[in-house]
Amino acid sequence: MSPLLAGFTWLLLFQCAGEALAYFFDLPIPGPVLGMALLFVTLLVRGKAPEPMTVTADGLARHLSLLFVPAGVGVMLHVARVADEWLPIVVALGVSTVLAIATTALTFQWLARRAERNSGGAEP
Amino acid sequence: MSGQPFFELWVYLSATPLAGLTLTLVAYIVAWWCYVRSGMHPLANPVLLAVALIVAALVATRTDYKTYFDGAQFVHFLLGPAVVGLAVPLAREWGSVRRLALPIAGALAVGSMVALTSAVGLAWVLGASPATLLSLAPKSVTAPVAMGIAEKLGGLPALAAVFAVTTGILGAALGKYVLDASGVRDWRARGFALGLAAHGIGTARAFQVNADAGAFAGLAFALHALVAAILFPLGYLLLRAAI
Repeated sequence: MSPLLAGFTWLLLFQCAGEALAYFFDLPIPGPVLGMALLFVTLLVRGKAPEPMTVTADGLARHLSLLFVPAGVGVMLHVARVADEWLPIVVALGVSTVLAIATTALTFQWLARRAERNSGGAEP
Repeated sequence: MSGQPFFELWVYLSATPLAGLTLTLVAYIVAWWCYVRSGMHPLANPVLLAVALIVAALVATRTDYKTYFDGAQFVHFLLGPAVVGLAVPLAREWGSVRRLALPIAGALAVGSMVALTSAVGLAWVLGASPATLLSLAPKSVTAPVAMGIAEKLGGLPALAAVFAVTTGILGAALGKYVLDASGVRDWRARGFALGLAAHGIGTARAFQVNADAGAFAGLAFALHALVAAILFPLGYLLLRAAI
């Protein structure tokens, strides 16, 4: 069987499992996110992802940006609101994105250096 | 004028999902070609260009979004399995991820709070309406999850999706400059920041630049979606109860 077909089927099965979990336990978490968590735990237990799944998942990840295009075109529906409130929207999105990137990267780098220094320094 | 048969053909085709789906893929391929030709310049973001091309085509042919989405939904649907598939690079990098549990948790908490509070705070100060504020809250979370969160908060899901995609494009386009200015050279930190602030679109950009950055972007993107989906609605309930 084609590896792409097998890999895609597995991803859909895990998504179904995630949706089922969210439905039965009335969880506020989206099904695909739960499906990802389930697949992640499965892969850790199993040790390694099977080849077809790796091929399919990497293929989808490479063109992840394509998948956001239909939602982005939805800006058409909100032209009036965005035009009315353009100043708060533009400032909020622009400034917060820049701030979030900078603070996240600096926090990560600072804590990672500390962790790596400590683990290095703990050796006698 | 002899444009009439073509107009009728367009009316006929645009009533089927074929037109919306084909338009999405053609626009993306054109946008991708421009992106590659520009040497993958961050400002030549393929999502931005593809969205602009499609909106121009829809406005020119007077096609509404609903008709377009009848076809485009097949692409939109693939977001689900793509999110599930992020477990694969995550499991592959688990060895290095586990050793960095503290930086990951710390950066996730700080970044998520900064993204949320600065966006809502600035928009509030500048006089945005309540519906806009509630739709802005999950803007750094991936579009399908942001829609779910906005719905739970009482915002507008479709508007939240637009804000999320815009944030993703901004992050992917500006990330390199912000990170260079911050003096962060560690690929793991750079990727993590892009995935956290600009979700899937930032992750796609990170994967195109460096494999380590991509894996950590995918990690941040997935963790942020998971944590925000649980904590944002809960935090909002607590906040409302307190006020």
